[in-house]
Amino acid sequence: MVCFRRREMIDQNSNITSTPRFVVTRSTKLSHFGLAAGAIIVLTLATGPFWLGRADMRLLVEIFYFLALAQMWNLLAGYGGLVSVGQQAFVGLGGYLLFILTIHFGVGAIWSIPLAGIAGAIISLPVAFLVFRLRGHYFAIGTWVVAEVFLLGFAQVISLGGGSGMSLPISIIRSIAATRAGRDAAVYWIALVLVIVLIGGIYLLLRSRYGLALTSIRDSEEASSSLGVDNFRTKLLVYVIAAFGTSAIGALIYLTKLRITPSAAFDINWTTTVIFIVVIGGIGTIEGPIIGTIVFFLLREPLAEFGSWYLMLLGATAVVIMLKAPEGLWGIIARRYGLHFFPVQRQLRWTVKDD
Amino acid sequence: MFAAGLAIIFGVMRLVNITHGDLIVLAAFVAMVAIEITGVNPFVSLIIVLPFMFVFGYVLQRVVLNFTLGDDLLPPLLVTFGISIILQNLLLELFSADSQRLKAGPVETLSIKVMEGLEIGVLPLVIFVVAILMIAIIQQLFNRTRLGRAFRATSDDPVTAQLMGINHNHIFALAMAMALVLVGIAGVFLGIRTNFDPSIGPSRLLFAFEAVIIGGLGSIWGTLAGGIILGVAQNIGAKIDPGWQILAGHIAFLIVLVVRPNGLFPKTRDD
Repeated sequence: MVCFRRREMIDQNSNITSTPRFVVTRSTKLSHFGLAAGAIIVLTLATGPFWLGRADMRLLVEIFYFLALAQMWNLLAGYGGLVSVGQQAFVGLGGYLLFILTIHFGVGAIWSIPLAGIAGAIISLPVAFLVFRLRGHYFAIGTWVVAEVFLLGFAQVISLGGGSGMSLPISIIRSIAATRAGRDAAVYWIALVLVIVLIGGIYLLLRSRYGLALTSIRDSEEASSSLGVDNFRTKLLVYVIAAFGTSAIGALIYLTKLRITPSAAFDINWTTTVIFIVVIGGIGTIEGPIIGTIVFFLLREPLAEFGSWYLMLLGATAVVIMLKAPEGLWGIIARRYGLHFFPVQRQLRWTVKDD
Repeated sequence: MFAAGLAIIFGVMRLVNITHGDLIVLAAFVAMVAIEITGVNPFVSLIIVLPFMFVFGYVLQRVVLNFTLGDDLLPPLLVTFGISIILQNLLLELFSADSQRLKAGPVETLSIKVMEGLEIGVLPLVIFVVAILMIAIIQQLFNRTRLGRAFRATSDDPVTAQLMGINHNHIFALAMAMALVLVGIAGVFLGIRTNFDPSIGPSRLLFAFEAVIIGGLGSIWGTLAGGIILGVAQNIGAKIDPGWQILAGHIAFLIVLVVRPNGLFPKTRDD
């Protein structure tokens, strides 16, 4: 189809004396529409605390943090090619940082979320130094070992409750807002802001020159380094950003849970769920994790009581999708209709200009 | 020293993918069912377990994993991860989360007196000897036989191997089948030596992985050394504090990764 139209253009060009121009575009009319629709959805969600019930708000907060986690993992695996199965290291780390910052340093609960992100990013540097020595499967399992080390390490710290964990003191919970409704609303808004900031951040990152570098690394490491892309630094950047996001989300998650134990905070299921969400939705796109999260929660509500059968179904779905349609649900939709709500890639368009 | 024995067996399989830990547990459960039905000794149950694992490995590779082969690392990683989750939950559903154990009789506690104050358990010794035997057999198989040649050729360059009349799908499937036979042996030993339940697969996987990395990728004897180092580190850790046992193993691994990123005995596959 595209080829055909280009041919036509060339024919026209040879007849009419005009110079062809290439124009690089990213946005399409549809993506402007998508952005507008997204803005309306976000604004509607922002008013949620005024008309949503308590249970609905809790569910939405959960959806927000899973979506944010999925975006972070997608950035790592889908764009950076770094398949980590140890991101729970940063979820747990963020959670514990929330407790440490609020209890031992007297930081406000809300401020401790971005601070936990920054601390997580700093800690991720030496971790990256270790795990980046491994490749592929070995990298994946290496990140898992790191998460286990965090788990066992935090279980040894007596001042943080050791293996049995600890709860957030009531005085700190009260400091967020005086009433329960106020706290729910505050947590809800924080979660919403966090998701938007993280998705927006990824979007801007991917549109920047780092995004281009990332895409080229994903497609071919050798070719991109021969073109002057510093593979190591770019991957490190992605890893640190993902650690920042994941730690901040971890702090948020434990602000809603109020109680932390090492085995729950560093549970591999944080990563498992997120991988399924991203794979089913469509890896390597920003839209994919959004679709994946919606599908995950739609399936979870009726199927959760089946417990392990539900996890098996999710696993099987992910395996089938990876084998038969590796681009995921969003990939299928995008290819069929040419839809991109978050246009990251540059599209070359020919325009004909009369002189 | 027991941890070392198991780590070696796991490591010999060259750790192909993330599902391996769960496959070991699967093998242990298959052995358990076989023993329950026929009432044989766990060592005899290998006759049932090993062919089962062989067929399972062949089919798994042929039907699922062969489709993920290619330059892209993402599909095989994610597919094996998905299978690992499916296996874990399937076993959980079938056998519940209870700890199980294979009973081998008096062999479990027998020991040989080497000298005053030093006794070696028969079972760890058996595991250790079997591990070394398996390493030797695999090396002979790889280096001496026609099949071994086909394995090496296919792993070096599948396309050229195909031109030479090798069916690479078949070869990959055979390799996986053989790896799972080793997994089967490891699984039965695991079941005899310790308790197991559906959720322990990942931790076995991590030990095996650490043994392979410490020893150096591609070196089978290095893996042996890696397994021993890991076992020693865990035992020293356990002496300090029970909570430190596994942590010490992980830390030993991380130290090696910092000091010698290629492992202690690096060796490429070519020589």
